[in-house]
Amino acid sequence: MSVIYLLISVSICVAIGFFIAFIIAVKSGQYDDDYTPSVRMLFDDETKITSQNNNSPTEEKQV
Amino acid sequence: MNEQSCFHCGLSIPKNEVINFDKRKFCCVGCKTVYEIFSLNDMTSYYDFEKSPGATPQDIQGKYDFLDNEAILSKVLEFQEGKTSIVSLNIPHIHCSSCIWLLENLNRLQKGISMSQVNFPEKKVRITFNSETVSLKSIVYLLSSIGYEPYISLENYETGKTKVDRTLTYKLGVAFFCFGNIMLLSFPEYFEMKEFWLDNYRPFFRGLIFVLALPSFLYSASGYYLSAYHSIKTRMLNIDIPIALGIIVMFIRSSYDMLMDHGPGFFDSLVSLVFFMLLGKMFQTKTYSFLSFERDFKSYFPIAVTRINSNTSEESVPIYDVLKGDRLLIRNQELIPVDGILISEKAEIDYSFVTGEAVPITKKSGDKVFAGGKQIGKVIEMEVLHSVSQSYLTQLWSNEIFQKKVDQKHKTLTDAISRYFTPILLLIAFAGFGYWIFIDANIAFNVFTAVLIVACPCALALTAPFTFGNILRIMGKQKMYLKNALVIEQLAKVDTIVFDKTGTITTNKKSNIVYEGNPLSDEYNVLIKNVLRASNHPLSRMLYDFLPEFRKIKIDDFQEITGKGILATIDGKEIKIGSSTFVENSNLKTSEIERTSLHVKIDTIYYGRFNFQNQYRDGLETLFSTLSKSHRIKVLSGDNDGERGNLESILPKDTELIFNQKPEQKLEFIKNLQKNGLNVMMVGDGLNDAGALAQSNVGISISENVNVFSPACDAILDANEFSRLDYFLKLSHKSIRIIKMSFVLSLLYNVVGLSFAVTGNLLPLVAAIIMPLSTITIVSFVILMSNFYANQK
Repeated sequence: MSVIYLLISVSICVAIGFFIAFIIAVKSGQYDDDYTPSVRMLFDDETKITSQNNNSPTEEKQV
Repeated sequence: MNEQSCFHCGLSIPKNEVINFDKRKFCCVGCKTVYEIFSLNDMTSYYDFEKSPGATPQDIQGKYDFLDNEAILSKVLEFQEGKTSIVSLNIPHIHCSSCIWLLENLNRLQKGISMSQVNFPEKKVRITFNSETVSLKSIVYLLSSIGYEPYISLENYETGKTKVDRTLTYKLGVAFFCFGNIMLLSFPEYFEMKEFWLDNYRPFFRGLIFVLALPSFLYSASGYYLSAYHSIKTRMLNIDIPIALGIIVMFIRSSYDMLMDHGPGFFDSLVSLVFFMLLGKMFQTKTYSFLSFERDFKSYFPIAVTRINSNTSEESVPIYDVLKGDRLLIRNQELIPVDGILISEKAEIDYSFVTGEAVPITKKSGDKVFAGGKQIGKVIEMEVLHSVSQSYLTQLWSNEIFQKKVDQKHKTLTDAISRYFTPILLLIAFAGFGYWIFIDANIAFNVFTAVLIVACPCALALTAPFTFGNILRIMGKQKMYLKNALVIEQLAKVDTIVFDKTGTITTNKKSNIVYEGNPLSDEYNVLIKNVLRASNHPLSRMLYDFLPEFRKIKIDDFQEITGKGILATIDGKEIKIGSSTFVENSNLKTSEIERTSLHVKIDTIYYGRFNFQNQYRDGLETLFSTLSKSHRIKVLSGDNDGERGNLESILPKDTELIFNQKPEQKLEFIKNLQKNGLNVMMVGDGLNDAGALAQSNVGISISENVNVFSPACDAILDANEFSRLDYFLKLSHKSIRIIKMSFVLSLLYNVVGLSFAVTGNLLPLVAAIIMPLSTITIVSFVILMSNFYANQK
């Protein structure tokens, strides 16, 4: 039954992974604007191609 | 789409002025040009997302010349390195998905823009561009030419990178992470199973729970310890003391239990408590990011102004560099940033920003002009008398009320209750301890800690945030935007309401125009309307809109004399419309000259005048009569008392009317009322009310358009909802009642929990049930009640 050590450790590690992802998302400002992205995703594909460079908010934060 | 509305901006088009282009109808050349720009660049899908989303571009000749000035430019830009520049522009017109689409595709309109990103709630666009290919000025001109004129004010001058405080989000995230995992891990313990393998792994589970509880205990809950510490230091017992006490005691007792192998401890209850309380905090802080409640004159004033140097060359200078004796050039629609003396012959100055008065004031050469006015019409020159910070209007901000940060002017209801709650709680805990110590020291210790744990007023602490948070949202939907939840409590305490007159209880949207004099024949009305059509003066525009629609006739001769009136000839008839001196009407009493009116003279015969009266807001009378039953009402005005009679006739008898008040006097007036122990609510609109709004217990600013700027205040009310002010006051009273009711409810839970605690029977499982149960019932109770009360008219 000692597999439970492994199982729980893995599950905690996965949870911590998601937690870190959440912190990074908050830090990069993804939660500052919770409206615009919902509209942006509805634009036609034609728009997406031209504004591809829009999807790098984390990169621009290094500024 | 309606045949008669503009394809671009959606305004209805007067019959004879339709511009047909590309099978579409436009109301003006401006709108047509914008459409042309889009169709040339293959961007007409702008019109697909929303019907007629556009705005008519305004003429901005020379308005943004200051963006050529390197010093100013570097202040406005958010980031600049090498060729890459980033700027964040505030664009008030952003209102729909079409706007987002267009502004994020700016790179198709202008070379050099590499990307642009819209933040819709803040009405901002962040543009990254190559400063070698394109200048900020040309971007601003491009935006203006397509109807998205950015708003650049003195406020931009001091923006560095604004730091966003995300601590609460982090804390909540940590708390939720710990809460979820601990709940899963403590599940086996709830069933007290005697299975062999569970017993075997118990230390592992408990160890994990302990480790997971640490971040929540140390980081997420840290705000409560700090607040409790401060409140003890200032000897103001607040709700955070029993909370912090409960959390700490819970942690110590649980660690002890675990170490001594007495049981699993209360870690699950602890983390859930922290999580729920932080959630309540989050819910309460509803912010309207597109509104600002902290505005001072800086948001109104331009960043730069045109100075005329001694060698007659013109130059844009930051307005902080403007010195006494400088000569400034003020263009049409530009704001006068400093006090000065008018050098040009005539100026029409619109002080609606400051006073709320819509009708512009005429100044002659040599007159003093005050900062805050907007020049309408021709370009004027002026000489500076005071620098920006010493001007008449801006001096108001040196008053101490703007200097100190008053974060809490009063005690909240929760704190008032916890003043009694905390001592009683400690009393019970010690009484229980004192009783059991003679029987069993071990139980005594358990009872003591159990009392503190179970009485931890989480439900009590949750009622206020959830009630206020919900009321805040309800009011926001009805266009009353509150700065924070504290305002609701203060609203409920208000006993005196002070109204500003101009722009607050009057509307500057429409004017009440009354004709006085010899009756005008229809033929003459046609003449007047046609003459007015050519004039740009605000008074003539108002009168033009007021007169009924007539046929159009050609004007033979037209002359507009600034500050006087219009002189026109039609079919050999000479028509004069303007001030009383202009039409040379000598038989006027002086008292009548004070009124705003347009006089009409046709050929040599004086006919009469159109009087412009203040138009009071709809429902003012009923609002005042309802309010006067429960509140004292006063009206403050910066104007002369010409309207006194009119006001007295429509307002309740005991309303106090005070006229000729300067901004500082308004502030003093409020201060005096407060000295007499009154809770004052100030309702105002212009910059001249800013002092009074800041001084009052609750300052409400009335705004015709909430996206446009209003002075610093506690709440912003949409002008159309003005007549429902009594409803909002009533709602705030009711929310206090809801909180009191739920306090009783949560105290009942505490009594139940305490009865378990003092008898020494508080098992972790019982605690784990009572705490979430009380939380959930309380939260649903307050949400239901506040929605119910909000629907009551």
